[in-house]
Amino acid sequence: MSLRPARLRLSDLARLGGYGLRSRPLRAVLSALGIAIGIAAMTAVVGISASSRADLDQELAKLGTNMLTVSPGTTMFGKQATLPDESIAMIKWIGPVRSVTATGTLSATYAYRNDRIPAAQSGGLSVLAAKLDLLETVGGTLEHGAWLNAATDRYPAVVLGTTAAERLGNVPAVYIGGRWWVVVGVLRKVLLAPELDSAVLMGWPAATTYLGFDGHPTTVYTRSVESQVEAVRAVLAPTANPSAPGSVQVSKPSDALAARRATNATFDALLLGLGAVALLVGGIGVANTMVISVLERRSEIGLRRSQGATKGQVRTQFVMESLLLSLLGGAFGALLGYLVTGMYATTQKWPTVVPLWVLASAVGATVLIGALAGLYPAIRAARLSPTEALATT
Amino acid sequence: MNPLKTIMTAPLAGHPVIELAGVTKTYPGGVTALRSVDLVVGYGELLAIVGPSGSGKSTMLNLVGTLDRPSQGTVRIDGHDVASLSDRRLSALRARRIGFVFQQFHLAPGRDALGNVADGLLYTGLVRRERERRAEAALVRVGLGERLTHRPYQLSGGERQRVAIARAVAGDPPLLLADEPTGNLDSVSGAGVMGLLRELNEAGTTILVITHDREIASALPRQVPMRDGQVV
Repeated sequence: MSLRPARLRLSDLARLGGYGLRSRPLRAVLSALGIAIGIAAMTAVVGISASSRADLDQELAKLGTNMLTVSPGTTMFGKQATLPDESIAMIKWIGPVRSVTATGTLSATYAYRNDRIPAAQSGGLSVLAAKLDLLETVGGTLEHGAWLNAATDRYPAVVLGTTAAERLGNVPAVYIGGRWWVVVGVLRKVLLAPELDSAVLMGWPAATTYLGFDGHPTTVYTRSVESQVEAVRAVLAPTANPSAPGSVQVSKPSDALAARRATNATFDALLLGLGAVALLVGGIGVANTMVISVLERRSEIGLRRSQGATKGQVRTQFVMESLLLSLLGGAFGALLGYLVTGMYATTQKWPTVVPLWVLASAVGATVLIGALAGLYPAIRAARLSPTEALATT
Repeated sequence: MNPLKTIMTAPLAGHPVIELAGVTKTYPGGVTALRSVDLVVGYGELLAIVGPSGSGKSTMLNLVGTLDRPSQGTVRIDGHDVASLSDRRLSALRARRIGFVFQQFHLAPGRDALGNVADGLLYTGLVRRERERRAEAALVRVGLGERLTHRPYQLSGGERQRVAIARAVAGDPPLLLADEPTGNLDSVSGAGVMGLLRELNEAGTTILVITHDREIASALPRQVPMRDGQVV
C-alpha cells in the first residue's frame, strides 16, 4: 500500500478556513475591521481624487483649453504696466485667433451696497469695464437677468459676478462713483476667468462716460484654433505690446485650473499614508487573532494530526484562514471606500470614479497581508507535536 | 474468535497489525515512560491495555498511533516500520489505517454530527460527497441515524462518544485506538459505548482500548496490564 498523503482540494481548504472563522464570528469581524478601514481609506482617497479629476476633465472638455489671457505685468522699473489701447485690434490680426475680448479695471473705483456705506469699506470688489462679447469668449453664463447689450452698455447698468452678488446681497442697484447703477444680471461661476466672480461689470462706453475710464484693457481674453494654441501663445506678448513684450503676461487658465487641483496631491499622499498605517495595524490585528486562534485550538490541531493531516496541511489551513479573514476585510473595505467616494462625489456633483487598479491593488494588498499575518501562526501550528497538542484540553 | 473474520481482515496475514519489539521511550528531561516493551497484536483482536496513571499506557497509545516515535526498539503498524517513515508518510498511515477515539471526544462545537464525522475523512482524499455518504453510514452504524443534524451540545455524553467512534471508523481503518473511551461517561453510557466497540470488533476491526478501569478491561478478551512503563 502506498503511503502518500492525499492532497486537500481547494474547495475543501476554503471550507476548512470558513469553519475556523465561523466558530468565532465576532472575533473574525473585529479583526477584519482593521483591514477594512485601511482599504476603505485608501480606496476613498484615490477614488475621490480620481472623481475630482474626472470632473475637471469633463469641465475642461466643456470649457475648452484654447483660451489664453493677456494682462500687463510690471515694467522694467517695477511699476504696473498697461496694455496699449490697440492691443485688442492687433491680437485680432493673429491668424488662428477666433475671438478677442477684454476687460478694463477701473482703478480706485469701488462698488457699494448703498450710498450710506463709508468709502473705506469697499468690500474688495473690483469694478471692470467689459466688452459685449466677453461672456461668449470666457464661457460665462447668467444665473439670472441679462448680459449687457448695445443699449445698456452706455447707461449706468452693471452685471455682478457670483461672489460680488453674494457680498452685495440681492440689491436692485449698486452705488459706484456717486451714482446708482442698476443691476441687470448676475453671472454664474466663471471657471476659466475666476477674476470675474468678484467683479462688478459695466459697459465700456458707460465706464468712460460716467467714471472717467482711460480705456486701457487690463485683461485680454482670446480663443484660438485648438491645434494652434501654443503658436498663438508665443506671439501674443509681442503682438499686444510690440514696444515692451516683456511687460506682458500671457497665461492659460485651463492649465492653472488643472494645476490648482493637482496641488491636492500632497494632501492625498498624506491620507494614503494614513490608510497604509491603518492597513498595517489591521494586518497586525489579523496576525494577533491567528496567534490566539492557534493557541486555543491546540486540541483541534492534535485531532487533525491524528486523523492524518500532514504538517503542511495544518499550515495551509491556518494560512487559508488568515487569507479569508483578510480578504473579508479587504472586500468590505473596498465596498465601503467605493460608497464613501460615491457619496462625496454626489455631494460635489462629480462623476463617481474608482479606478479598477485601486480595487485590484486593494485585493492584492489584502492577500499579501493575510498571507504574511497568517504565516507565523500557521508555522507554529504545524510545528506543534501531535501528542503535545492532544494533551491540552 | 471467528476464524472467518481473521481471514477476511488479514488477507496478507504475514504480519501482525501491531508489533512492538524492545520499545523504550525516554522524554527529554530524562523521564522514561516505557522500558523495553514487547507487544504483538493480531488482526481482529480486541484488547485492553490497563494500568494506573503513570504506568506508560498513554505513551503506548502515542507510539501505537504513530503520533510519536520510540527512543529505542521498533514499532511496526500494519506492517510499516514507523522509524523508516517520514512525517508525511506517517500522516498518510494514520489517515487510512488508524482511527482514534479520545476521552474528551474532540468534536467541533459548530458542526453537526454528520459534519464532524465527514470532516474526519478530510485527509483520506475522498471527495466531499463520498465523505458525507460514509459519514452517514457510520452514524447509522453506531445507532445515531436520527441525530445526523444535531450539534454536539444537543447530544448526551454517550451520544457524543458514539459520534467520535463513528468518525474514527468511517474510513474503515483496520486499527481503532480508544483512549479511555468511557472516562467521561456515566456507567450506563459507558456500557453502551463498550458494547458498540465489541460490535465493531465482531465486524472485523482490531480494537485497542486504553483504560485504568480493571472492570472494563476484564470484560475484553485480552488484557495487557502495565505498571511503571513495563508490561507485567
